[in-house]
Amino acid sequence: MIRLEKRKQPSQVWSYLTPILAVIATMIAGGIMFWILGKNPFEAIRIIFWDPLFNTQFASYSRPQLLVKAAPLILIAIGLSLGFRAGVWNIGAEGQYVIGAICGAAVGLAFYPMESFIIFPLMVLAGAFGGFLWAMIPALLKIAFRTNEILVSLLLVYVADQLLASMALSTLRNPDGGGFPGSRNLQQYPSAANPELIAGTGAHWGVVAALIAVIFAYILLAKHKLGFQIKLAGQSPRAAHFAGVNTSVIIVVCLGLSGLLAGLAGLFEVAGPAGQISIDFASNYGFTAIIVAFLGRLHPVGILLAGLLMALTYIGGELAQLMLGIPLAAIQAFQGMLLFFLLAMDVLTDYRPVIGKAKVV
Amino acid sequence: MDLSAINPIVLIASLMVASTPILLAAIGELVVEKSGVLNLGVEGMMITGAICGFAMAVETGSPALGFIGAALGGAALSLIFAFLTQVLLSNQVATGLALTLFGLGFSALIGQSYIGVKPPTSATLILGLDAMVFVGIGIIAVTWWVLKYTRVGLILRAVGENHDAAHALGYKVVLIRTAAIAFGGACAGLGGAYLSLIRVPQWTEGMTSGAGWIALAIVVFASWKPWRVLLGAYLFGGITVLQLNLQAAGVKIPVEYLSMSPYLITIIVLVIMSADRTRTALNAPAMLGRSFHASN
Amino acid sequence: MTGKLLTINGLTKAYPGVIANDDVSFQITNGEVHALLGENGAGKSTLVKMIYGLVKPDAGSMTLNDAAYAPNEPRAARSAGVAMVFQHFSLFEALNVAENIALGMENPPAMGQLSAKISQVSGDYGLPLDPHRLVGDLSAGERQRVEIIRCLLQDPKLLIMDEPTSVLTPQEVDILFATLKLLREQGTSILYISHKLEEIRTLCDEATVLRGGKNVGTCIPRETSASAMAEMMVGTRLSPPQKAYKKLEKTVLQLNGLNLSPASPFGTSLKDITLEIRAGEILGIGGVAGNGQDELLGALSGEAKSAPQSVQMDGQNLGHLSPNARRKLGLLAAPEERLGHAAAPDMTLTENAMLTAAERENLQSNGFLNWTRSRSFAEKVIARFDVRTPGPENAARSLSGGNLQKFVIGREILQNPRVLVVNQPTWGVDASAAAAIRQALLDLAADGAAVLVISQDLDELMEITDRFAALNEGRLSAPVATSDLTVEKIGLMLGGAHGMEVAHDTVVHP
Repeated sequence: MIRLEKRKQPSQVWSYLTPILAVIATMIAGGIMFWILGKNPFEAIRIIFWDPLFNTQFASYSRPQLLVKAAPLILIAIGLSLGFRAGVWNIGAEGQYVIGAICGAAVGLAFYPMESFIIFPLMVLAGAFGGFLWAMIPALLKIAFRTNEILVSLLLVYVADQLLASMALSTLRNPDGGGFPGSRNLQQYPSAANPELIAGTGAHWGVVAALIAVIFAYILLAKHKLGFQIKLAGQSPRAAHFAGVNTSVIIVVCLGLSGLLAGLAGLFEVAGPAGQISIDFASNYGFTAIIVAFLGRLHPVGILLAGLLMALTYIGGELAQLMLGIPLAAIQAFQGMLLFFLLAMDVLTDYRPVIGKAKVV
Repeated sequence: MDLSAINPIVLIASLMVASTPILLAAIGELVVEKSGVLNLGVEGMMITGAICGFAMAVETGSPALGFIGAALGGAALSLIFAFLTQVLLSNQVATGLALTLFGLGFSALIGQSYIGVKPPTSATLILGLDAMVFVGIGIIAVTWWVLKYTRVGLILRAVGENHDAAHALGYKVVLIRTAAIAFGGACAGLGGAYLSLIRVPQWTEGMTSGAGWIALAIVVFASWKPWRVLLGAYLFGGITVLQLNLQAAGVKIPVEYLSMSPYLITIIVLVIMSADRTRTALNAPAMLGRSFHASN
Repeated sequence: MTGKLLTINGLTKAYPGVIANDDVSFQITNGEVHALLGENGAGKSTLVKMIYGLVKPDAGSMTLNDAAYAPNEPRAARSAGVAMVFQHFSLFEALNVAENIALGMENPPAMGQLSAKISQVSGDYGLPLDPHRLVGDLSAGERQRVEIIRCLLQDPKLLIMDEPTSVLTPQEVDILFATLKLLREQGTSILYISHKLEEIRTLCDEATVLRGGKNVGTCIPRETSASAMAEMMVGTRLSPPQKAYKKLEKTVLQLNGLNLSPASPFGTSLKDITLEIRAGEILGIGGVAGNGQDELLGALSGEAKSAPQSVQMDGQNLGHLSPNARRKLGLLAAPEERLGHAAAPDMTLTENAMLTAAERENLQSNGFLNWTRSRSFAEKVIARFDVRTPGPENAARSLSGGNLQKFVIGREILQNPRVLVVNQPTWGVDASAAAAIRQALLDLAADGAAVLVISQDLDELMEITDRFAALNEGRLSAPVATSDLTVEKIGLMLGGAHGMEVAHDTVVHP
């Protein structure tokens, strides 16, 4: 019988290997799932992971999409990873993303039709601030009343969704839109648009922000006192307290930064790829980013890679829907499976499986 | 605006219907948490139950078999959680989230062919209430009795209070917790099926829309006491029904603001409950969310 | 009644990297108190876990009453008549006494009957206990009674007691011994695990000594000198720490009527604590576990804040200051729990050096951390305190208890404190590491620092402290010179026997 034995210290090797193994295991399990759905599993996996990048027919469209989809995932996941390291569980990034988009878009639309170089920077600030404020609700409730931040941040997603609907239907509705829901299209308003910076790459300001966030988070965690305190608070709360870490500060920083980054992601999305505030603006990036954060092992560079991979499954999923009629929901299940395998394999970093006589348990 | 259209007896009956899904899910989660495990996958298990129950009922034509299928579906999904957290010692918060994300995708996948299908109708007993409303109350009563008066209940509480001590006394912590998790999964599945088979009744993607998270909040509101789960669920059901009635009556508040009120009120209730530090600390199972590994 | 009860034959149990028990054999006869003697880590706990069915031996066999005995779980052991009182209690704080006892029984009666039976047995054996109280509200001595009564209700043939006196005041020890002697007269055998030689000499009929997992000999404790047993147990002679003569200087740290309510629901509140420590002095604070030791350390380290003037150093108010502000001023601390409080288990020693030394050792500037300096500080601690580890990049949890404790204490001492507060500095540490730590504390005081040692080990306090005060239910007694102390006096200072007055007479002379 196999039993687990705690390692004397976490294994470095396994911490790099587990995400890779999890991806392989998910491909196998996903292949089986596609096979049950009556599709050719090898073709499905090829279409999801290979064709978007290298198929001559699709790559020209898909490749730029990679950065478009990865940027919000990476931005949000970087913020979440700080909290997850500290044991501050913000799972309402989806709500902060929506509120960031609403605030940013509202600022832009308020200036319409004036043209000025100052408008876009103001929108960025408003988006970041909106996400930050929305995340401050669970943060302050946790500090003042020890209210569970998981539940509050999550419930606020549903509140944000309703606010979004209200904005799209009334407050921010396009007055020239002939009564259709949805705001003016910001892409057609040069001062407020988040354009593709280098043609054909898909890179917009959100991609730049994501890269800055990765570098910032790397320095914070590796070199700065605050990063050390975040890790300490998550690994060993009593030791953190003894070391003089102020828990309230950690809660505000972690929730605040993740809200801010999610808000930015929302703003870049609404001013760029999405173009407008509409009822179906929320796109689940806030939840998928949770998978990205774990797949990247909560490490900034890991998250960068994981975000690209997860973006690939999005694009590949759409392609698979187009080519094979695989429902989009299958991709969601596929992503969920990836997180399962990852968590399951994580045991190998901390424990060593030992084959031998079972002890009495 | 016409508030006279709101009939109190109908209101109470619809309140009981509206609260049954979260009541079922919450009492299941209460048992899970009493054993010291935090399963955040309630939403995922509910939606899985919703589609499993729906598919089963449609295929067999029997709502009763549908509910059984839902309970099995929810329990099966919860066993993935049990295997990951109890055997592979994964983080309970992350695994619960994974369960929710997976459940939402998985249910949408099986649900493809059931969109727009009408389920078989369930018989009603009195006041237009069906049997599941009373089954839900029955589960609460039985849970209360088992936890308070039986040895099984005592052992379950002991495991949630101090798993090392329970282990030292020879109790099988992992097995007991796995059973509790499966019970929680089955209850969540029932709650989900109640939505798709009776309350709505049809299948739409993501139809639980946060009910699982509200169930989690209600466990906190109830301070881990079974009868207070009933109270919490009815409170929530009452607000839901009230805002729906207000919408129907054409009150001059935008629909979106009425629709967000149940979530906002749940948050407010959570805040009030958690503000009372000593009580929450005393009632919460001491081992909640901690992994157990027999290291000696 | 004589004859063999339990025979242990060649029991062996190996864990990765360590043989916990190596071919251990001995016998327990009916109606005897048999001591199992050995240092921390000698393999006593593993051995009794095998007898109790918690751990399965790799080799060897046992017979109980001439029948083969191989329990595969505690339940089997209990039904065979073997009961155990654990060192770290296997109790549930949020459940009441009766529920706790029911959990340890195979077929408990209904709660009402059980409560009546508990009251009866507790009366018979002089261990008063209210079945309806929450265990979380009981003192350590009372909790032990819960465990003992839980065992007695099953009429055990063999009662295993793992270090039962470590949580008791001397008076409570007397009462426990009276109960155990009564049990022996009734024919129950007792396997008594301890490393305290004097109590084994008073109580036990025979002793088996373990060292490094091996049975190194058996003796009749009453006929063997304590030093001879100590040599069997330790193997080598240890040199007692050297106390230097010192002249006491001015007061450094002062507590003025410190009050503090506990952070956890079952914690102890500190009540009106007043004391002074002078430079060059070691002040010992004794007390049974759970009387406010953790809270006192927290109030001094800065983890718990109090009124500004209730903690003063060199006349400056510190009660409201954070841990790092206090560190800057020279008030350092080392809490009891090494893993998870004094050190973060999964972090490296370099990171753990940063944990408390960032301020005083200049390991940071403008919020940016200097890992190179932290590493060399960790290396310095490792070298100076003989910490056995491959290097500073190893995780704290990979170190043995004694080595990690040397690192934790060394980390504070090398920061050159004005005042050092330590809680249970040698708990669960092997003898040579304990001796090294005590010597380091003496040296620190000799160099002019004030040292406050909180400990439950009275021998330790007698050995190294200049003055002694007792902590009892969150109150601190007035300190007295250690040289004037007797065991009797210490016992009274520690609060005598908690709640024992009522049933006392019925038992002591049965």
